[in-house]
Amino acid sequence: GPLSERRLMDVRLGELPTWLATCDFSPQGLLGGVQKAWSGYYNKYINVKRGGPAGISMLLAGYCLLSYGWNYQHISKIAFLGIC
Amino acid sequence: VWHATRPLHTTQQRLAPLPPLPEKGGEVRYGLIPEEFFQFLYPKTGVTGPYMLGTGLLLYFLSKEIYVINHETVAAACILSVIIYAVKKYGADVAAFADKLNEEKVAKALAVKNEAIKDLETAIEQEKKEQWRVEGRSYLFDAKRNNIAMLLETNYRERLLTVYNEVKKRLDYQVAMQNLKRQKEQDHMIEWVEKNVVQSITPQQQKESIAKCILDLKALSKSAQAAA
Repeated sequence: GPLSERRLMDVRLGELPTWLATCDFSPQGLLGGVQKAWSGYYNKYINVKRGGPAGISMLLAGYCLLSYGWNYQHISKIAFLGIC
Repeated sequence: VWHATRPLHTTQQRLAPLPPLPEKGGEVRYGLIPEEFFQFLYPKTGVTGPYMLGTGLLLYFLSKEIYVINHETVAAACILSVIIYAVKKYGADVAAFADKLNEEKVAKALAVKNEAIKDLETAIEQEKKEQWRVEGRSYLFDAKRNNIAMLLETNYRERLLTVYNEVKKRLDYQVAMQNLKRQKEQDHMIEWVEKNVVQSITPQQQKESIAKCILDLKALSKSAQAAA
């Protein structure tokens, strides 16, 4: 189908910039995108009859990675100074 | 916050009940990496591709110190090992317990539904019975009509009897009056006749009759003596 309506996984690498250009970056658009992503994740891994640890473990792992990324500057400095 | 969950009532089947939840979630390997990633890399790199990628990335992060090893690493390692041990050991029990809770909820809802269905079915049966009873209305009305006819007949006969009794009483009264009158007349006449006769008996006649009686008595005593 047309470029703007395809999902990210279906976009080829060369078309990525154009696809990004067609995205909707207004606040409502971003919010809608976040909602869609969350609902997709929720319905796939959490809102099932017999889920496992995968649902929240991926969320926790993402949180760990994100917080490590945010604190990287701080961590790298401390490590540099601590190991003498 | 309303998480826009599965789209409700947006398909053609607006009035159908909600589709049931999927049984299992998406496949995830080692609890962290979705299966789609492995399938994504399989055509180009085969089965070991993602693992090689992971190892290479890990060594790169370690060597370039993008991931520094400090006290937090040790803490993370301990916490992770404890968590994994707990999940592996008690995961099945927790899952069974949660399933049991779900089962109870579903069973309760089902019980309510079955109760409602049973009540409605008994209501339907009773309704049918009532309809069958309606057919017997004609017999009911016939019986009632018979009852009323009997009541009327009885009342009529009672009144007839009353009339008869009353008339008989009046006629008896008249008859009794006539009898009484005749009786009184007879008595009075007899009395009057007796009085006159007694008056007409003169003393002379009385003596003659007494002498005759004595003679008669003597004759009778003689004949009685002769017979005995």
